[in-house]
Amino acid sequence: MDLSKLTISSARKALDAKEFTALELTDAYLAEIEKRDPEIHAYLEVWKDSAREEAKAADERIAKGDVKPLTGIPIAVKDNILIKGRIASSASKMLENYRASYDATVITKLKEQGAIFLGRTNMDEFALGGSTENSAFGPTKNPIDTARVPGGTSGGSSAAVAGNLALAALGSDTGGSIRQPSAFCGVVGLKTTYGTVSRFGLMAAASSLDQIGPITKNTEDARIMREAIAGYDANDSTSLPENVRTAAKNLKKVIGVPRALLEKGVDPDVLAAFEKTLTDLRTAGYEVRDIELPNLAHSLAVYYIINPAEVSTNLARYDGIRYGLSVPAEDISSVYEKSRGQGFGPEVRRRILVGTFVLSSGYADAYYRKARAVRALIRSDLEKAFEGVDAIATPTSPIPAWKLGEKSDPVAMYAADIFTVPVNLAGVPALSVPSGSVQRDGKALPVGFQLIGPHHGEDALLMIGADVEKAA
Amino acid sequence: MTQIDVAALAKLAKLEVSADELAKLEKEIPEILGFVETIQAVAAEAGHKSPVHRNIMREDANPHETGLHTRTLLDAAPAQKDDQVAVKQVISK
Repeated sequence: MDLSKLTISSARKALDAKEFTALELTDAYLAEIEKRDPEIHAYLEVWKDSAREEAKAADERIAKGDVKPLTGIPIAVKDNILIKGRIASSASKMLENYRASYDATVITKLKEQGAIFLGRTNMDEFALGGSTENSAFGPTKNPIDTARVPGGTSGGSSAAVAGNLALAALGSDTGGSIRQPSAFCGVVGLKTTYGTVSRFGLMAAASSLDQIGPITKNTEDARIMREAIAGYDANDSTSLPENVRTAAKNLKKVIGVPRALLEKGVDPDVLAAFEKTLTDLRTAGYEVRDIELPNLAHSLAVYYIINPAEVSTNLARYDGIRYGLSVPAEDISSVYEKSRGQGFGPEVRRRILVGTFVLSSGYADAYYRKARAVRALIRSDLEKAFEGVDAIATPTSPIPAWKLGEKSDPVAMYAADIFTVPVNLAGVPALSVPSGSVQRDGKALPVGFQLIGPHHGEDALLMIGADVEKAA
Repeated sequence: MTQIDVAALAKLAKLEVSADELAKLEKEIPEILGFVETIQAVAAEAGHKSPVHRNIMREDANPHETGLHTRTLLDAAPAQKDDQVAVKQVISK
């Protein structure tokens, strides 16, 4: 078997036709991980023994014909998603030794299907960052060019799929954390409609923005993974009941491009690859039209108020008392301060402080409440746009993968999220599909093409995404 | 630009920050706030409208058996004593 060519759907056929067993497939991935991961560092922990046991169980199911789409499929899981009895650290010293006391709903669903869990993947600590350099356990490297970052925050998951160290992976997306690393590593990433995939058992970063989603080799696999993990869950108070999930309407084959957003700050080679994809879509029968989204220019500012505000609130639970790192001290206040001071890394501390400021009495109206009001305008801009177009296209990231250590200024790092954050603010779905590349230092770095859809528009996005794949 | 007392913020956030880091943060945090302050020019009312998304709570019914998760949750705590989470002194002398 050639791991670089394998997809979930082709592996499914081969497993069912007994061309290879789930155990052979799992062993092939474990061997590749052993060979390549010391350099890539996609994984924080590999579960060799349990993965082989799960593979044997999957082979028994396949022999009995009790097969689901993911039975015997080896996947990787981002380190902020809980698997009962396993360490889940969010790549933080704070949770270095924390063992999950229950399964996340997405994990329960994957276990029911008989998927195989290869290990937990590296990420930016508590899903804050954009390069996986903020991991407390060292960065992940981009398999396409190991001098460069894989993107983030789900950088380990994207690098695992791109580097043939897993057939698919779960990531989470708060402001682009599935799509941007997928773009940087040349794989497909889907951020689902807010409320369609349960957040139960996902460590909360910014609760009004977080969604779990798949990172895969192609759009067909993304569809399979999404179907496996989506669904109403009473354990998530923001989970959408099935009856409010309206199906996508018929495709008009019209794509909108917010030209004004592309005018500055986009790398010329990235822009050229983007234009080439638009041309390919026109050839495939799509109408591509310019659209106006006047309030989207404020997305980054809104995001970098809402995100720290919610992060500072959510991360208040890490206090050295109930679980996680606890630094001994004289009184309880010092236990809090020392545990949090030593457990959290620099970017997490920055966000907590910014969040504390924007929520503080005297400033909350000017920052947090104002950001919420502008967020409503951004959402309304997108809703209006979808009255005329099926999807909105942008590059996933304005720049290709940068070199490790190249960006040290936080504001410069935040600016790279310009095209991904509006999606989370509006709660809509978006897909990043590899399309074209840019040449840097003799390497062809992948470029991601982002398609943003209306609420519950995932099927349409995956259909258009498949046309992008065909043309690429 | 707004004057920020980072040391006071750190105290509010219950976060111990070293003197070196404090000096760095005193430069970075005003830069981040300067960047996000641009939204103040947008004409949008920062009212208290009910958000589009809201929590939908489960019925407060069918509780699980008492004590079912007690041991698991206690075992996650860094310190415990007599089946309780142990904490340091709360009121200072």
